[in-house]
Amino acid sequence: MKKIILMLSVLPIIIWSCGGAEKRAETPKTDESVLLKQDEVHGQEVKELALSTPLDQTMVKAGQEIYDVKCASCHRLTEEKLVGPGWKNVTTRRKPVWIVNMITNVDMMLADDAEAQKMLEECLVRMPNQNITSDEARSVIEYMRHNDGEK
Amino acid sequence: MKNKIFTSLTLLGTSMFLLNSCKPAGQGSGGGSTLAGDAAQKVYVAPGTHDEFYDFVSGGFNGQMSVVGLPSGRVLRIIPVFTQHAESGWGYSEETKPMLNTSHGFVPWDDAHHTTLSVTNGEHDGRWAFINGNNTPRIARISLKSFRTEEIIELPNSGGNHSSPFVTFNSEYAVAGTRFSVPPDNFGDVPINTFKQNFKGYISFVSIDKTTGNLALKFQLTTPAISYDLARGGKGPSKDWIFFSSYNTEQANTLLEVNASQKDKDFILAVNWKKAEEYLAKGKGKKVPAKYAHNVYSDVTHSATSTIMTDVMTLDPKDCPDMLYFIPCPKSPHGCDVDPTGQYIIGSGKLAAVIPVFSFAKLQKAIADKKFDGSFEGIPVMDYNAVLHGEVQKPGLGPLHTEFDGKGNAYTSMFVSSEIVKWNIEKLTVLDRVPTYYSVGHLSIPGGPTTKPWGKYVIAYNKITKDRYLPTGPELTQSAQLYDITGEKMKLLLDFPTIGEPHYAEAIPASMIKDKTIKLYKIEENKHPYVAKGEKETKVTRNGKDVHVYMTSSRSHFAPDNIEGVKLGDDVYFHVTNLEQDWDVPHGFAVRGANNAEILVMPGETQTLKWKADRIGITPFYCTDFCSALHQEMQGYIRVSAPNSNVPLTWHTGKTAMKEADDKSQK
Repeated sequence: MKKIILMLSVLPIIIWSCGGAEKRAETPKTDESVLLKQDEVHGQEVKELALSTPLDQTMVKAGQEIYDVKCASCHRLTEEKLVGPGWKNVTTRRKPVWIVNMITNVDMMLADDAEAQKMLEECLVRMPNQNITSDEARSVIEYMRHNDGEK
Repeated sequence: MKNKIFTSLTLLGTSMFLLNSCKPAGQGSGGGSTLAGDAAQKVYVAPGTHDEFYDFVSGGFNGQMSVVGLPSGRVLRIIPVFTQHAESGWGYSEETKPMLNTSHGFVPWDDAHHTTLSVTNGEHDGRWAFINGNNTPRIARISLKSFRTEEIIELPNSGGNHSSPFVTFNSEYAVAGTRFSVPPDNFGDVPINTFKQNFKGYISFVSIDKTTGNLALKFQLTTPAISYDLARGGKGPSKDWIFFSSYNTEQANTLLEVNASQKDKDFILAVNWKKAEEYLAKGKGKKVPAKYAHNVYSDVTHSATSTIMTDVMTLDPKDCPDMLYFIPCPKSPHGCDVDPTGQYIIGSGKLAAVIPVFSFAKLQKAIADKKFDGSFEGIPVMDYNAVLHGEVQKPGLGPLHTEFDGKGNAYTSMFVSSEIVKWNIEKLTVLDRVPTYYSVGHLSIPGGPTTKPWGKYVIAYNKITKDRYLPTGPELTQSAQLYDITGEKMKLLLDFPTIGEPHYAEAIPASMIKDKTIKLYKIEENKHPYVAKGEKETKVTRNGKDVHVYMTSSRSHFAPDNIEGVKLGDDVYFHVTNLEQDWDVPHGFAVRGANNAEILVMPGETQTLKWKADRIGITPFYCTDFCSALHQEMQGYIRVSAPNSNVPLTWHTGKTAMKEADDKSQK
């Protein structure tokens, strides 16, 4: 079957080059599975995430460093929306796993998660893949909790 | 099912017929038995799928290297090398300008002829590509991980770096034989007609570090004043040798078209480079003053450095017996190619009626038996018949270059008779010939110059295009053609246009490279002196008349995007760091009135555009690479005030404007 599609798609080009557009065959079907094939993997889904108190200060510090380099250009620590939503109270608005997956599995979230899709409609810029590992994302969560006043 | 396929094949056949029937006769119809019946299927790469080979094609007079996918013939990228490339800022940005530095100062252009891929044990290893700068003699090294030019080394005592940058068996060296013999750079003011006495044919050996790929001009051979044309490293039994074709053994210095075509035979120079290393180790070399630039680009500082070197080691053949031998070769040989076994050296006399094939074993025996036919400036000339394996009779007109399929066959391009001729190396018999449209120069088989050809295709890089494509005025695209060589007969599959003028090219299986390519630069590893790792580090500083803007870009704003306090006549350096860490999210930067170009900044990278504040007022800048739905909003302003103004240096993004907008809407 594939071969036939292949031949059909080539035919119109050749005929056209000689006889003109009126001889074009029907537009060939495209193979969606081929078009949608993506080699890129943006990490794996995190299903559970345990929090502990008091906060792990090492993670808070690491999270802040990541924030400064990779997050701050779009997210403020206040409620102010810049490119993306401000981080104030994000840990009460969202479950930690949701946030982590938003950081490390953007493609999955935008494909499957209604809340994530709603955010895209609001912000119009995809949450970028900033090449953050799940361990690093965990530190970011700790920094967000710190930002929300947890001890 | 089978029936259906058959029907479509028949249809295809019919359409081919139609195609042929409406082409004027004699205008290079690619039909008949030459064009494969299933050509379309063989070159079709379905949407979303990838080509089988990367083809690294020299850009000739554009000075760059193109990356083409085979069998589709699609251009995937142009890698800027020797020529400024405004679209990416190569040679315009402060970081890349040093790459084009030479002993002559900044040289913004060159003529790049030959791509060479690195080899280990004579086989492709997928690490680096090399290319020569012909006009201002240089060799460049391109990383096959980043597809960027990482190093350029200039060659002193040279003019026209043509027989370059062909490599030895384990990429120990890339060579550079001078096309123009010249007097030594530091003894250059001599009458041109003292050519024979004062000029030399310098051959440079540029070493390649096994781990880093770093280049160094190790030594130069001061050979007689003739013109070196092309070269190939030996393989297997001949791995310690490298062979150079030459012309103008008449040693003419004017009207070479006539004066360099007098002799029946010119030479192929056989160089035992291991011997040269031995002589160097014994202290036979002589260091002489020479000035040349060595430029290196760092992926860590995202900047290049240019160092001017001041001397070079030379080896005089007079002090080094048994190192060089001349092999007579009919009529101005152009190509000089070594077969995959390393046993045969094929010379292609442009004006010759035969293709001579020399035997490396016979060369060794003839050297041992001293079967010489005199000498040329002290270098032994071999007896032609003593080293000859045989001649291919009546191969065609104007043989130029030969490549190999690894099955005992050679493929030679014929410029004058405009065809590719396939012949058997052992038997010296012509097996097949196929026309090219028109006047093929170089030809290339994937892996063709290595010990392990990948075969499958031969690509003709043609010198003349004429009617092969829709006409575009006096200037036409350049043209290449892809042939299937899997069967006994070569079959034309595809014409594809190329960028610049393609000379030599090398193709390598995509699987050897594609998984090793890098996708971005890690922001954590960025050691650029003006990097801003995050908006927190953005700032503007003044040092006299120099203003440095530490700027970041992310989807979709710059920080800072409002800059004030710049004064007329200031030099403003926009150091733009792209904070993105995802594949294929570059940001661009352009500012009105810039006298250079724009810059494209890859994720995690820092690049700098210098801009002269040449008038008082407000100048806009913006992102040139469509980055998000709000790309159009990715813009900013810089304010330039009078030299005596007291506007303080300030910068920001967002805060003020947003706050005011909020306040207004609340009221």
